Amino acid sequence: MTAATAKWSTAFSRFGLGALGKAPPRAGDPREALEAELAAPGAGAIAGPELKSGADAMATFFELSAQPSQANMPAKPSPIAAIFHKEATARIAAACAAEIGFVERLVDFWSNHFCISATKGLSVRAVAGAYEREAIRPHVLGRFADMLQAAERHPAMLAYLDNIQSVGPNSRQGQRAKKGLNENLGREIMELHTLGVEGGYNQGDVTELARALTGWTVAGRDGELGRPGRFAFNANAHEGGARRLLGRRYEQEGMAQAEAALADLACAPATARHIASKFARAFVADSPPAGLVARLTDVFQKTEGDLGALARALIADEDAWSAPATKLRDPWQMMIAAWRALGLDPSQPNRILSSMTLLGMPLWSPGGPNGFPDAADAWASSEGIKTRVQIAAGLGRIAKDAPAPSDLLARALPDAAEMTREAVLRAETRPQAYALMILSPDFQRR
Amino acid sequence: MASLTRRGVLGASGAVFAAAHLPRWASASARDPRLIVVILRGAMDGLSAVGPLGDPDYVGLHRELALQRDGAHAALPLDGFFGLNPAMKTFGRLYAEKKALIVHACATNYRERSHFDGQDVLESGMLRPGLTQSGWLNRVVAHLPAAQRAQAPALAVGYIPPLILRGDAPVLGWAPADLPPPDDDLLTRLTKLYDHADPALALALRDGFEADRRVRSGDMEGLKAGGDVVEQMRKAARGAARLMAAEAGPRIAALAFEGWDTHVAEGGATGRLATLLGGLDDALAEFERTLGAAWDQTVIVVATEFGRTAQVNGAGGCDHGTASAAFLVGGAVAGGRVAADWPGLKRANLLENRDLKPTTDLRAVWKGVLADHLGLSNAVLAEAVFPGTRDVAPMKGLLSA
Repeated sequence: MTAATAKWSTAFSRFGLGALGKAPPRAGDPREALEAELAAPGAGAIAGPELKSGADAMATFFELSAQPSQANMPAKPSPIAAIFHKEATARIAAACAAEIGFVERLVDFWSNHFCISATKGLSVRAVAGAYEREAIRPHVLGRFADMLQAAERHPAMLAYLDNIQSVGPNSRQGQRAKKGLNENLGREIMELHTLGVEGGYNQGDVTELARALTGWTVAGRDGELGRPGRFAFNANAHEGGARRLLGRRYEQEGMAQAEAALADLACAPATARHIASKFARAFVADSPPAGLVARLTDVFQKTEGDLGALARALIADEDAWSAPATKLRDPWQMMIAAWRALGLDPSQPNRILSSMTLLGMPLWSPGGPNGFPDAADAWASSEGIKTRVQIAAGLGRIAKDAPAPSDLLARALPDAAEMTREAVLRAETRPQAYALMILSPDFQRR
Repeated sequence: MASLTRRGVLGASGAVFAAAHLPRWASASARDPRLIVVILRGAMDGLSAVGPLGDPDYVGLHRELALQRDGAHAALPLDGFFGLNPAMKTFGRLYAEKKALIVHACATNYRERSHFDGQDVLESGMLRPGLTQSGWLNRVVAHLPAAQRAQAPALAVGYIPPLILRGDAPVLGWAPADLPPPDDDLLTRLTKLYDHADPALALALRDGFEADRRVRSGDMEGLKAGGDVVEQMRKAARGAARLMAAEAGPRIAALAFEGWDTHVAEGGATGRLATLLGGLDDALAEFERTLGAAWDQTVIVVATEFGRTAQVNGAGGCDHGTASAAFLVGGAVAGGRVAADWPGLKRANLLENRDLKPTTDLRAVWKGVLADHLGLSNAVLAEAVFPGTRDVAPMKGLLSA
């Protein structure tokens, strides 16, 4: 690793969320600065009195759904929309305030890996932000196994992938109510969260994991299973007996059974390969260098899924810095980088949120459990680029406090190509200069 | 830049822009076929879309999701054995007019149950998942006769272009949007910058605004982004149909509608699935209405990556299955029948004791349409479009002569 290949522009675009237009150009070793961000106390955490716990947010949903519906109710802001908006605002504030934004990029990666979608319904919408703060953020530099357990037992995930509907056919509840198994969570844990689709499991393994997961649910409004809105284990819905999956036998009773299965899935070799290649693809290139993937796989395995070690291995790797910038910033990365460069006010995030929706990446609302795509192809469609132009044109017009274009170029795009510099500096108006800077390949590619 | 070779929608779109600036539509040959492919992502429950009312095991397995012959939400009549979900009124009418056909108990060769792999196989036309460099419909475009190919690019609807149209052949992207267009000066400067610095972005930029200009020239009142899922289907169809109705418009299009993964509270003749089917039906109606004279030469094929379990799960939905139904509709379809070699729903006849068994290869349906509608040869279909499928013969008789 030589300092010559570790450019600040790469640190900001590939690993971070873009340079701050109001800060002077950075000096020193960018790799050390990234490591310092990882080492900062409380890295990844966000909190605030305005943010509700997942349990409280779910309880709000329960109260709301218990109220009789009133067809002619005067329009008033929905409490769930308010919860969602506060969570979104906190996330955007953290992204805009970060020095480089590596940790927030990691949060976004893991949040998308273990994604839920607010489009599922109001219950998931209510807890979408809390889910990221409670299940993802505490573990982005911790252990994969812990994040896996936290994600799968969070009310947001249990509702999103229908585990709250899944009942062991031979359990007390299954016998009484003639209810049955729902395989959705069991399948996506194996296919998407751990082993990967080529991870060597079969339909029988999916069904066995689904059986082990029966009873993992959310305490209801009546409080019978515990505090409303919290994770609860419902022994009456759990399919009794030992389970066999991926050649192992699980004799545990109750919720310890699925916990043990998840612990084994977390350290399966297929999981290490799946995670390492997805990680490299997300940060470096759609087809990442094979050596990089192999080294990341090795680190994941040797450290038993230490995600801080994985992040450090990424930025220590020569290939991760030297690969050409062929990826496109996704809509979240583009909007935050534009906000940071133009010095726009993060406490007014509606424009970011609506722009992300128009660009096909509505916050916490992917179309399916595989999350938003991470390939340049997916975002570089003619429709997507057109919308980026329309949005950037609007941002140029509202960037009233941004530095002069020449100063901004020096800070935000110090390595910009000569063509980009000319286009920005010769723009007809300041708004046009800002729009061109945001739309330039130097800004869009990473 | 190796990654650019994968960028289908951008890859050859310079030709698109050129095509749009050709002199007015030159060819006046009588045959001018249109093909529209609609992908339903998430695995549509074929047994509640087109119910085998005459199968003695249907109601026992599909229970509250099963369609009924009578009652307030009775299935629309088809051939006596099958009934159509009552949400599909336009399709039902077109079936009676012999312009709509159903293929039932059909599936691709994919036999696992991952949505994403299933869609890979459905859209790439390859024998296994993961081969996402190009989609089969893009390869169809590449193998059209030269005259047809030069006329207009294929149309990919949506922010994220469907895999089925990814590849080297020219593709035009379009999706409904409600932002004001930027001023021409910014576009001119940006085009110049992209031309010098990033050819892929340059092509995407040209295509994006070209498609937009052509849509705007029609009456696009109310064609704004947002709205509910049904409204989005209708808007996507209307915009695509406007582009395709134009003299120099695309002849081939692909759309993808999401939300069919009904694990919970699927509903049968009413509810979530029926709402989605109603949206699909509205989209088909938009095509019929907007394509005008071109409708007579149109075939729309609607298909999904796989079906859902025959038995209802514990949550009023169905889990991932295998065979489902496909819809063919349009002025060129020889409709008014359900093409099915019905396997039956007896336990012993289910695949792995849970799924409707596939008895028709969906690729035979695609091949039948491509051979009879677009004139592709068996050799091209078995080698270029669906490589390694010599043993899958095109299905005959899907189109009116």
